Amino acid sequence: MKLTVSNIAKAYEGRVILKDCSYSFDRNGTYVLMGPNGCGKSTLLRICALLEQADGGTVTYGENGAVLQPDMALRRRITLVLPRIGVFNTTVSRNVAYSLRVRGIAHAEIESRVNKTLAFVGLDQKKTQQARTLSSGETQRLGIARALVLDPEVLFLDEPTASIDEENTRIIESIINDMRKQNRSKVIMTTHDHAQAERIADRMLVLEHGILKG
Amino acid sequence: MNSLIQGFVQAIDLILHLDPVLFGIIFLSLKVSGLALLIATAFGLPAGALLGLKRFPGRDLAISTANTFMGLPPVVVGLFVYLLLSRKGPLGFMGLLYSPTAMIIAQTILATPIVIALCQSAIVNVDPIIRQAARTLGATPRQVTLTIIKEARYGILSAIIAAFGRVMAEVGSILIVGGNIAGYTRVMTTTIALETDKGNFELALALGIILLAISFSINSILHAVQKKGTVTVS
Repeated sequence: MKLTVSNIAKAYEGRVILKDCSYSFDRNGTYVLMGPNGCGKSTLLRICALLEQADGGTVTYGENGAVLQPDMALRRRITLVLPRIGVFNTTVSRNVAYSLRVRGIAHAEIESRVNKTLAFVGLDQKKTQQARTLSSGETQRLGIARALVLDPEVLFLDEPTASIDEENTRIIESIINDMRKQNRSKVIMTTHDHAQAERIADRMLVLEHGILKG
Repeated sequence: MNSLIQGFVQAIDLILHLDPVLFGIIFLSLKVSGLALLIATAFGLPAGALLGLKRFPGRDLAISTANTFMGLPPVVVGLFVYLLLSRKGPLGFMGLLYSPTAMIIAQTILATPIVIALCQSAIVNVDPIIRQAARTLGATPRQVTLTIIKEARYGILSAIIAAFGRVMAEVGSILIVGGNIAGYTRVMTTTIALETDKGNFELALALGIILLAISFSINSILHAVQKKGTVTVS
């Protein structure tokens, strides 16, 4: 699936955040979007993930030369992990199962996919634990697990390692690198850590003064 | 002091020997309050959810009204329902005055604002990030709403239990609209009032003990529910 953003503009209460953002995310792999705090990275990510409307410009998803309608079916093929993931007040495994349950997937399949994903992010030992008792690093991994269980074609990660320790940062980077090796999806993430971007990016993009530079 | 101890001992005896009059009164109390709570929840939970989830004109007024009505004086509600159901009242033709149905109506009026206001508060206090998280994970608008209500479940349960506590302990309105008729509309609280007046402390005390036990159980459940819902957020 191809993602193209063209001339995206966005302002909040008269303050221009995004002026003119255009880019074509053609290939699978890891795209890292960089820029200083408050430059509009998260806004651009939410617009790309179809969770927010731009004031101007277009976000287009395409497949085999055809343009896909921005409907629920398309929204369910992509997902965004928020910087604060919003933990549901239940167990770790039920948090991960959530996105599959809302899609009406059969119980047996949910169980197998949840177990596989929890093992992938290293939380399999904590599956029955209350999710709100996890550490902040584990919580961030839970957020990634909730998205990965869907096997999304485009995964947006908004500052996934911003507020966690080195150990968990390393684990998350290794999860992203594993996904990169599988080459089945696009990962589009934001960070303000240049060294991290160097470590994991296939392509680095910079957002500055509301303009996206590839 | 002696009569109090004597009354207490006789009260325990009544409870242990499963006195049919005593248990008839307890059963009617639970039936009236339980049904009132059921109706109040059926109406109050959706209304509270609507007030907690949606923005519409008049919402603030509705919330303020529900909050104010939480403290409705039971005798005023009793008087209102009495005037409504009395022979000359607009619903007098139904012949409901001095019946358990009239008591259920009065208690429903008392319980509903509690359920509405506390459910609204529980729902509005769910972290807004939950709504966003549900959306990012592909939930439909209806599923997002259900997720928020589910996240507020401990607060909602607390609201229902609080309303039950209020109606179980209430005496003013049901005395006015029920008439305290033996074997028909006599419940725990009205019996306690009547038997105390008559100086018959055994039955009054027995019912007092049971009422306290029920109240204690409700509070214990409430505490356990709140404790379960308050998980440490790291």
